[in-house]
Amino acid sequence: MVITGAGIITAFGNGWKLNAAGFRQGRIALKPVTLFDVSRQRVKIAGEMSLPESLPETRLTAPQQKRLDRASRLLILAAHEAWKQSGWEPTDNLPVVLGTTSGGMALGEAFYRQAISAPHSHRSQPTRVVHYQAQSQALALADAFGFHGPLTLIANACASGANAIGHAWELVRSGAAQRVLTGGYDALCQLVFAGFDSLQALSPTQCRPFDARRDGLALGEGAAVLTLETLDSAQERCAEILAEIVGYGSALDTHHLTQPNPQGDAALAAMTAATQSAGLSPSQIDYINAHGTGTPMNDIAEANAINRWAGARAATLPVSSTKSSIGHLLGAAGAVETLICLMVLREQWLPPTSTLQEPDPACNFPVVQKPTGAEVEYALTNSFGFGGANASLILRRWS
Amino acid sequence: MSRIFVHGCGAVSPAGWGVGPMRKALEENAALPIKPLPRPGWTKPLNIRQVTPPSPRPDFMTHARLRRTSPISQHVVGAALEALGPDAQRVSKGELRLGIMLCVMSGCVNYSRRFYDEVLREPATASPLVFPETVFNAPASHIGALLGTPAMNYTMVGDPGTFLQGVALAAQWLSAGQVDACLVIGAEEADWLTSEAYYIFSRQVVLGDGAGALYLKKDIADGALAELRAITDCHLYLQNQNRTKAAARARSQLPGCQPDHLLADGLQGLPRLDGPEAAAWRDWNASRISPKRILGEGLMAASAWQCVAAVAALAEKKYAAANVSVVGCNQQAIGAHFAAT
Repeated sequence: MVITGAGIITAFGNGWKLNAAGFRQGRIALKPVTLFDVSRQRVKIAGEMSLPESLPETRLTAPQQKRLDRASRLLILAAHEAWKQSGWEPTDNLPVVLGTTSGGMALGEAFYRQAISAPHSHRSQPTRVVHYQAQSQALALADAFGFHGPLTLIANACASGANAIGHAWELVRSGAAQRVLTGGYDALCQLVFAGFDSLQALSPTQCRPFDARRDGLALGEGAAVLTLETLDSAQERCAEILAEIVGYGSALDTHHLTQPNPQGDAALAAMTAATQSAGLSPSQIDYINAHGTGTPMNDIAEANAINRWAGARAATLPVSSTKSSIGHLLGAAGAVETLICLMVLREQWLPPTSTLQEPDPACNFPVVQKPTGAEVEYALTNSFGFGGANASLILRRWS
Repeated sequence: MSRIFVHGCGAVSPAGWGVGPMRKALEENAALPIKPLPRPGWTKPLNIRQVTPPSPRPDFMTHARLRRTSPISQHVVGAALEALGPDAQRVSKGELRLGIMLCVMSGCVNYSRRFYDEVLREPATASPLVFPETVFNAPASHIGALLGTPAMNYTMVGDPGTFLQGVALAAQWLSAGQVDACLVIGAEEADWLTSEAYYIFSRQVVLGDGAGALYLKKDIADGALAELRAITDCHLYLQNQNRTKAAARARSQLPGCQPDHLLADGLQGLPRLDGPEAAAWRDWNASRISPKRILGEGLMAASAWQCVAAVAALAEKKYAAANVSVVGCNQQAIGAHFAAT
């Protein structure tokens, strides 16, 4: 199961180059939120991105393009990069598996505001009703690139993107599909931003994953899309192979709706299942892109899980969280972080958690703090979400 | 190739809590009464067919996770526990790896509206207890926690056809040996916001809420209610394929009409909305049930009710096989075929 195309858009910008440069250097792309009113929120920054003024050429008609919401635009921009790189052609049977937490929620918010402020006006409301739903974004994607196929939309909170890629991988591995377009996307919206702020999960200072004095996360937005296919299919087309996906594990944490089991039991189960499905041992993993939100509870649970899973290997296993740079992308996080692992494997560097000042002593592993070159054969990425959705993916360098 | 069997089903609907009340309402074939649903800012209420709280209150509602949930989680748990029956104990004891597949379209809209309203008024006092319940996968998390199962647990979103995608995905999990058994649940909760969203498109649509659940196992025919024989491809609504064409294609992938077969369709009795599905099944002259006509437009719950009604009829040996047709509102047409065991 190989990756032949990859597209990414985050607060660093649109495309591999800009993002690779940002992650490699550990730059911080968080800035004041302008998309909605944050004047009465505790926290006022996020990984908001500046969208390009126009979309690349696709099969979408002008009216279709005009109706696209922010989330759809993010998705189509990332998919365009992946699609071009893969060399795939329009087809009648291409499964799509995407992860998202809120689809086009900003449109849902606009619907509600108008419903309250002008209860008898239905102006623009029908469009909002249709386009806030995640299936509208996925259908726009299918129309944009001219394919038919089942659309599977996984909404497992912040593990959605990783679960989507894992499910796509299972489809290819089981022989149910030869090729799958997969990834995750989410756009910033007021309801979710205010929700995390209400939980006091947003950092009022700076997002510092695995820091002893960490005080919360930062939110962000973006999308990442991968084209995944069998090795035979890729080689038949003489496609450039970017990397392999070799393992996937998923587990449910039943401890609490929003708090992980402090010992990281489900995270451990997901990582163990991923290594087992890859036929690997933790000693063979060269880098972990952690979920690492920067909240006190997530990071201690994840640190405990990594310590338990890696055992003695933990002492030399580099770990970092890229959420310090672009924020937590929720439904897109797992997909974006899989793509960051792909960059690590292709370019052989480790992305730093550059905001880290004082590593939490609970971390038995080194947290990458500075831009570093490294030899990486296998990379693992973790994603954990509200509701206890836990997922881990393992990628292998293609050589 | 594994064979997939339905070993249980559960339902929560405007007819009541359980498959029994739902079946009775369908047999009586009379649309359930409509209730007024106040809409802030309007003098005239919207119309709704809503689940009424269960009486007596089931034990599961006292579980710590379920005390402050919105109705959708209660619907999910009610339908899931009925479908599982005594196997719920085996799951809790860790004897059975149970996969959970929840399918929703609107999801936890009640709490989402409430929370966003609080945000617009004063974000500093918006409730941190309400926000987590707005997440699509909250109900799936609650049922997983209630049963104490750490196994595969996905929430899928989409139009009502997604329920049959969920059934197909559960069958894949079972075939691949990722789980020993799997619950597939379709659920919704009513709210004026969703009702108004439909009212904009058709003033005659009456939303309903609730849940339906199928409990699946592979290769165990003993004690099964029915066998899942096929799920069609997903026929999407795209630039070059409208709802009518998609419905016809889904229909063409299901077995033809036989006198001892049943069709559980998604017709509501509204010609403009029903058109594509009615046309696709025009030639069906055997038995037919249309749960939405009786229970309301339950979105994802409705496609689950269709499956539950079909399976329950097969379990009573009234038919040899049943087709389920779901022509979703804005994504896809899809169908399923079940057979008596």
